[in-house]
Amino acid sequence: MENLERILAEQPFLSGMKTEHIKLLAGCAKNVAFKAGEYLFHEGEAADFFYFVRQGKIWVETFIPQKGPVAIQSLKEGEVLGWSWMIPPYKWHFDARAFDLTRALALDAVCLREKCEKDHDLGYELMSRFALIFAQRLEATRLQLMDIYGNSTKNK
Amino acid sequence: MVSTDMPSKIVLERPALQGLFDALRSQEYQLFGPTVRTDAVVYDQISSVEDLPIGRSDRQDNGAYRLTASDRPSLFDYTVGSTTWKKFLFSPAAPLYAASRDGQKFEISGAVEKPLKRAFIGVRACELQALAIQDRVFTEGPFVDTAYARRRQDLFIVAVNCTRAGGTCFCASMKTGPKASSGFDLALTEVIDGNRHYFVTEVGSEAGEKMISRVPHQDAGKAESQAADRLLERSAAQMGRTLNTDHLKELLDRNFDHPQWGKVADRCLTCANCTLVCPTCFCANIEDATDLTGRDATRTRYWDSCFTIGFSYIHGGSIRNSVLSRYRQWMMHKLNYWVDQFGTFGCVGCGRCITWCPVGIDLTEEARLIREHEKK
Amino acid sequence: MAVRPFVIRRVSRETQDSFTMEMEPRDGGRNFAFLPGQFNMLYVFGVGEVPISISGDPAKTETLVHTTRAVGTVTKALCRMVPGDTVGVRGPYGSSWPVEKAEGSDVLIVAGGIGLAPLRSVVYHLQTHREKYGKVALLYGARAPEEMLYRKEVEYWRTHYDMEIHMTVDRATTGTWKGNIGVVTTIIPNSPCDHTHCLVVICGPEIMMRFTVLELQKRGMTPEQIYISMERNMKCGIGLCGHCQIGSSFVCKDGPVYRFADVKDIFTKREL
Repeated sequence: MENLERILAEQPFLSGMKTEHIKLLAGCAKNVAFKAGEYLFHEGEAADFFYFVRQGKIWVETFIPQKGPVAIQSLKEGEVLGWSWMIPPYKWHFDARAFDLTRALALDAVCLREKCEKDHDLGYELMSRFALIFAQRLEATRLQLMDIYGNSTKNK
Repeated sequence: MVSTDMPSKIVLERPALQGLFDALRSQEYQLFGPTVRTDAVVYDQISSVEDLPIGRSDRQDNGAYRLTASDRPSLFDYTVGSTTWKKFLFSPAAPLYAASRDGQKFEISGAVEKPLKRAFIGVRACELQALAIQDRVFTEGPFVDTAYARRRQDLFIVAVNCTRAGGTCFCASMKTGPKASSGFDLALTEVIDGNRHYFVTEVGSEAGEKMISRVPHQDAGKAESQAADRLLERSAAQMGRTLNTDHLKELLDRNFDHPQWGKVADRCLTCANCTLVCPTCFCANIEDATDLTGRDATRTRYWDSCFTIGFSYIHGGSIRNSVLSRYRQWMMHKLNYWVDQFGTFGCVGCGRCITWCPVGIDLTEEARLIREHEKK
Repeated sequence: MAVRPFVIRRVSRETQDSFTMEMEPRDGGRNFAFLPGQFNMLYVFGVGEVPISISGDPAKTETLVHTTRAVGTVTKALCRMVPGDTVGVRGPYGSSWPVEKAEGSDVLIVAGGIGLAPLRSVVYHLQTHREKYGKVALLYGARAPEEMLYRKEVEYWRTHYDMEIHMTVDRATTGTWKGNIGVVTTIIPNSPCDHTHCLVVICGPEIMMRFTVLELQKRGMTPEQIYISMERNMKCGIGLCGHCQIGSSFVCKDGPVYRFADVKDIFTKREL
């Protein structure tokens, strides 16, 4: 338990979080590892976890018919994977695949959602940190959408 | 319908077989049957019993085919070769129509085929089932392949019951053999007993009855019938492979993402051999071509294979890009989707795909591994 | 498999790579009757055949109308045709949009890009039999304003047809567009249809249909209310060549229009 708390306290995403909240999170946490090429989850599956990437790299992908899996984002050490666990119907909107051998801390979303319901302060702490993630990802997505490197009349 | 005058089993002595061939030819049937070409048994036009693979047998295994010598002057000890009967009914290159242009207009004329009476000699039980399966595909849907239907109509079938099971055969698992039960005009079981060499023959139709009446024969005695039955029991127990068909369709339906597909994909070359030698595969491509003047065009239907990357191509790319998806499509179609589409499995257990796969992939083995390693 | 020669009366460009053809039977014979959602195999002399959905009005059978993109050998040959040229037509084939089943309900039409072409015949049909339907709405999304089909006609529908229309583009350069910007799923909330008493018909790129279905289900629509149109490689169009199979289904016979409840795995089984 202590070790998990230490790892969580070190996560940039949780910087400034109260020790008592870190303890609550540690109660829902476990260490996981994924082999290179292994899928963490697929679009449509129940979003029962979110992850702190401790080592390695994860690709967030979507499957485009005829093109195959297309990666739209990568996440590395110190970054957080997964916000679908917070938003009903709590199902993954994308695929996630370990690009390299990846070690992560997995937080049980079912456990955490319950704790957030009981302790709204904890809920607020998580929500405000995730709001920052949403904003960053939205801005990045908009930039990607503008297709800034290409001509709009280029071959599709 | 066989008349009640005809006994259920008769016997043809070996020398009388040529008489059957002659009777067929006198009725203007063109004979097609097994013959040896480049160290394999293939189906081609034949005219006499001497064209058959006399004294030949075969040894078949994953990715292996060897023609061997039988230890007796048998006619039908070999099992199945690389070709199937479908090439005579569902032509590998079939002209569909011709068109000719005149300014901004064009006229189309359909390919008209001269009717031809064909007799197939040596059709195995699994192949009879394959014919029935292709009948359903080509003639029982909302649109009928009329060329196939016409060729099928004028067909006389002399079936042969397998007294020996091949190295990759599993007709017993698919319940399609080794004994032919229906769909033939005559069915022969070869018996070589000491010096005697005869065929216990079952008459399956009125046409068969008429034809055999032109050939010297006698009623089958009990000993002769039993000799034939014993041989068939023995071959049913000798099958080279087995396929557990128990809820097989549902098993495959549940396992679309089974890791075994990845393993077989590592071996599969997508060479399409299996689809070429399969007696039920029916996928076809349609190609248009013009002559150099651009005035005359032809449209031809060719055999195609779901293993090719272009098979599922629509603008933007192919739907089934990976080897995995293409192998899975073929096996799923054969053992799962076919049941929904046509009411039976598409596989008849002839084993050709196992024998002629250059890397020796065996779909009975693949099915077994999926079943045994299913994630619960 | 009989090919009927049709003579081209008009070819007009819709967008940079799509065009509409209007044609009539060359033999002056039977008019061409079809159900909305069906397709024809169109033959260009010496080049080949291609399956194309019918885009015209089912009530106007004297003229056959097709809209398509020029992306391959045959479609590029088609777009170079001029009035007087002959096109071979086989069809109509395939299943149709559930316009009869929808009678008495609201109808929501969701189109993405070129997907409006097979749905235009539904718009016509609903308007012709307007009294049989409740609220009718069209949600149309495209990559950019210049890639939208039938823009003038859609404006005509807005003012003359009894239907609500919302359009959206992924992006637009300033000055070319005054409407909504965002993917088509973002305008689903604009639908006036009562989702408990509504059928939805969707056509567009597969990934667009996939996300649209998800979004509709989030809003309480059931798979029984949702209809999609699938596209696959077709050679014969009549269920004999095997090319168009998706699982057990032949798109040319069982589709291209499918009720989503009957093909629920279609978007989750990859490379099916």
